[in-house]
Amino acid sequence: MSNDPIHQFQISKIVPIEVGGIDFSFTNASLFMVATVACAAGFLYFATSQRGLIPGRAQSVAEMSYEFIAGMLREGAGSHGMKFFPFVFSLFMFVLTANLLGMFPYFYTITSQIIVTFALAVLVIGTVVVYGFYKHGTHFLQIFVPSGVPGILLPLVSTIEVISFLSRPISLSVRLFANMLAGHITLKVFAGFVASLGTMGALGIGGAVLPLIMTVALTGLEFLVAFLQAYVFAVLTCMYLNDAVHPGGH
Amino acid sequence: MFVTSAYAQTAPAATDPHAAPAGEVHTETGAAHGGEHGGGVFPPFDSTHFSSQLLWLVITFGLFYLLMKKVIVPRVGGILEHRHDRIAQDLDEAARLKAEADAAVETYEKELASARSKANSIAETAREAAKTKAAADRTAIEAELAAKLSAAEARIGEIKTAAFAQVGQIAEETASAVVDQLIGAKATGDDIKAAVAAAKTEA
Repeated sequence: MSNDPIHQFQISKIVPIEVGGIDFSFTNASLFMVATVACAAGFLYFATSQRGLIPGRAQSVAEMSYEFIAGMLREGAGSHGMKFFPFVFSLFMFVLTANLLGMFPYFYTITSQIIVTFALAVLVIGTVVVYGFYKHGTHFLQIFVPSGVPGILLPLVSTIEVISFLSRPISLSVRLFANMLAGHITLKVFAGFVASLGTMGALGIGGAVLPLIMTVALTGLEFLVAFLQAYVFAVLTCMYLNDAVHPGGH
Repeated sequence: MFVTSAYAQTAPAATDPHAAPAGEVHTETGAAHGGEHGGGVFPPFDSTHFSSQLLWLVITFGLFYLLMKKVIVPRVGGILEHRHDRIAQDLDEAARLKAEADAAVETYEKELASARSKANSIAETAREAAKTKAAADRTAIEAELAAKLSAAEARIGEIKTAAFAQVGQIAEETASAVVDQLIGAKATGDDIKAAVAAAKTEA
């Protein structure tokens, strides 16, 4: 059972809660959502509590992530997009911390749950749609009508644009979810080889070295993926927000 | 194992019609597998937990967003802005000090140049004064020397004429003594004088 690579995604209830027939239990996934928020917020809070003119190591990291996201958002959505900075920063820090916490053995990876990543993606697209219509009204629909397209092609292009827009929450959520899920399964499978080969005598222990090396290499790769997927999630969020801020601007 | 098998007992109760065949599969594939696939679905797609996942995500992420928006972002932004202001202020201060230093250097240069020209003029006047004084001294000395020279020449002339005047007298005395020795007779003064004068004119 401990070798089952799927077991790590199993949700178990810690405090069963049910309201109106709907299950709102506090599960291990909920616990790690709380842990993610506590880690990220606690780190950012205590790292910046000194407000040093010359930053220490922790404060440097906090400032670096701030400026990293600020630069990304300014580049992606312009200075008008900066009002979304707290949102993008929260998304990035949440996803990054969740991914990194998932790298600890026995920790739950909440970003490997499609419902979590889908909810975040819908939040992003929902923000784009709501802000786009609120700010530009029907003018927002210009994102489906690229400028400079001949009239004959316009229905086709607009259809493609609509499909591409609708597929955004799916691609955004599945990308993060699939990366985290596949990475953790692969890691678990190779680690499982080490354990099962190790019980097969001297030859088995010799043979277990290869999957062990693989596991170590994959762990490094997974840390990279954890950063990269948080980055990609934030970059795409910036790009989508750009549509809400400048609907005719592409 | 304990948790999931306990869950396997509750799951069929929740999704009764679908859980029954799944329960049969469990008995065939063994206890280990049965425990894993309690709901009969891949855990990330198990929709029975979606409501709880969503609720807790909304609570935690909402809280996180509020904390970021209200506390962290203004704080970090404030730190960075303060630093930028401070750097800009320091740069301004440095520029001001540099301008001050430049002005000081300029006045220094100006003063140095004026002092140098002043020193030059002083040296020039001193040199001029020294030159005129030296020229005056030289002319004075030359005049003095010329006067001394002419006085000395006059004295030499005097001595010379005096000496020439005495030459006749000595010759006369010598001639009278020579005549006296040679012929033992005294020659008269006038004869000797005449003879000396004749010899003088011959010489």
